Amino acid sequence: MRTIDALLTDSPLFHGLSKDDLAMVAGCGSNVQFKAGTYLFHEGDPSDQFYLIRHGTVGLELASPERGRVMFATLGAGELLGWSWLVPPYRKGCDARAVDLVRATAFDGACIRKKCDEDPRLGYELLKRVSRVVGERLTATRLQLLDVYGRRA
Amino acid sequence: MAAVPERAPAGVAVVEAMAPSPWAVRRVKRETHDTMTLAIESAEGGGRYGFAPGQFNMLYVFGVGEAAISISGDPGAPQELVHTVRAVGRVTNDICRLRRGQTLGVRGPFGSAWPVDAAVGSDVLIVAGGIGLAPLRPVLYHVLAHRSEYGRVALVYGARTPGDLLYGPELARWRGRFDVQVEATVDAADPDAWHGHVGVVTTLIGRVECEPAETTAMVCGPEVMMRFTVAELEKRGLAPERIYLSMERSMRCAVGLCGHCQFGPEFVCKDGPVFRYDRIASWLRVREL
Repeated sequence: MRTIDALLTDSPLFHGLSKDDLAMVAGCGSNVQFKAGTYLFHEGDPSDQFYLIRHGTVGLELASPERGRVMFATLGAGELLGWSWLVPPYRKGCDARAVDLVRATAFDGACIRKKCDEDPRLGYELLKRVSRVVGERLTATRLQLLDVYGRRA
Repeated sequence: MAAVPERAPAGVAVVEAMAPSPWAVRRVKRETHDTMTLAIESAEGGGRYGFAPGQFNMLYVFGVGEAAISISGDPGAPQELVHTVRAVGRVTNDICRLRRGQTLGVRGPFGSAWPVDAAVGSDVLIVAGGIGLAPLRPVLYHVLAHRSEYGRVALVYGARTPGDLLYGPELARWRGRFDVQVEATVDAADPDAWHGHVGVVTTLIGRVECEPAETTAMVCGPEVMMRFTVAELEKRGLAPERIYLSMERSMRCAVGLCGHCQFGPEFVCKDGPVFRYDRIASWLRVREL
């Protein structure tokens, strides 16, 4: 069975990190599984964990009284789920539900933050990598907001 | 007596191009709440109708007006002319209300084509948004009919909701082949009714397997979607000269006379609608155009 630090190298998020850095990050992680339909977290929950998805699809949802639950994004293998562990007030901004069987590595956000505080070089490296993901999601959200496909039904 | 010219003057060709011929509706298929696909046949007989993938026709609802509509059918089946029409204005609303046996006028085909011949030997990446899949469907028909001439083939398609996806049965059929990668996404979905990908179409481009230096990308959709797509393709390493876009502007005469579709130095109706990206990149940044 592959160790967590070996699994991390499959993801673009951690690709290229040194062995020592991977070991530091992996020390805050554990492998988890979610059955299809179960929630990984809900909007407003404390954001004490984030995930690297290894298998399956996670749907991000928000609910409104008018439209009910709306899925606005899906994330798959190799992708980062959750960045609110990095910035106060450390609260989840949406619901996350396993669309099918999900295998992931769960990271303790406080543990990673502590290691980053102790090793600012690693902290800066991780911050750059997470920022790139957040930037890509922001760009996608802008396009989504423009609602470019003409009239609604 | 004046000598008869060996070649007709250019004006004659223009007059012919401006005269619609009558075509009868043979089949109508509802694609989405506002989009129909019409198969038509010449009311004057005459069998085959040649066109290149990416070209368009001017469809004329008698007494109402004309609209430029891309040909969405199979270039390898020229006995039938197929258009997919979204009801967005008076003419297109009336086209979508046509029923079997009714007649409309057709001028065309007009415009430039997707580079299906130039792409031979390369990977082909097709990126479509919304109704933008219609002018790209002939590319898929052509490429799949000549599958061995191309490398990897991928279709990345995005729409607003699952109900807005065009050509559902064909998407499933293409996905069922083992020689085409089909990725579909919607901007938002009811989680109980959709189990596919959710997110804008650009988020799927990273999933496509292709060799950027040997990939030809063909992109059609809302202009802002195409701009975001180009940025993503360039991030993947595709050079601007390997990216083609189909532009949309108000087309009236379809032969480059009236100027309604002018886009910088180009006329979308006769120089386009398909352009190589590097030819129009600077004009895409001019907001007034």
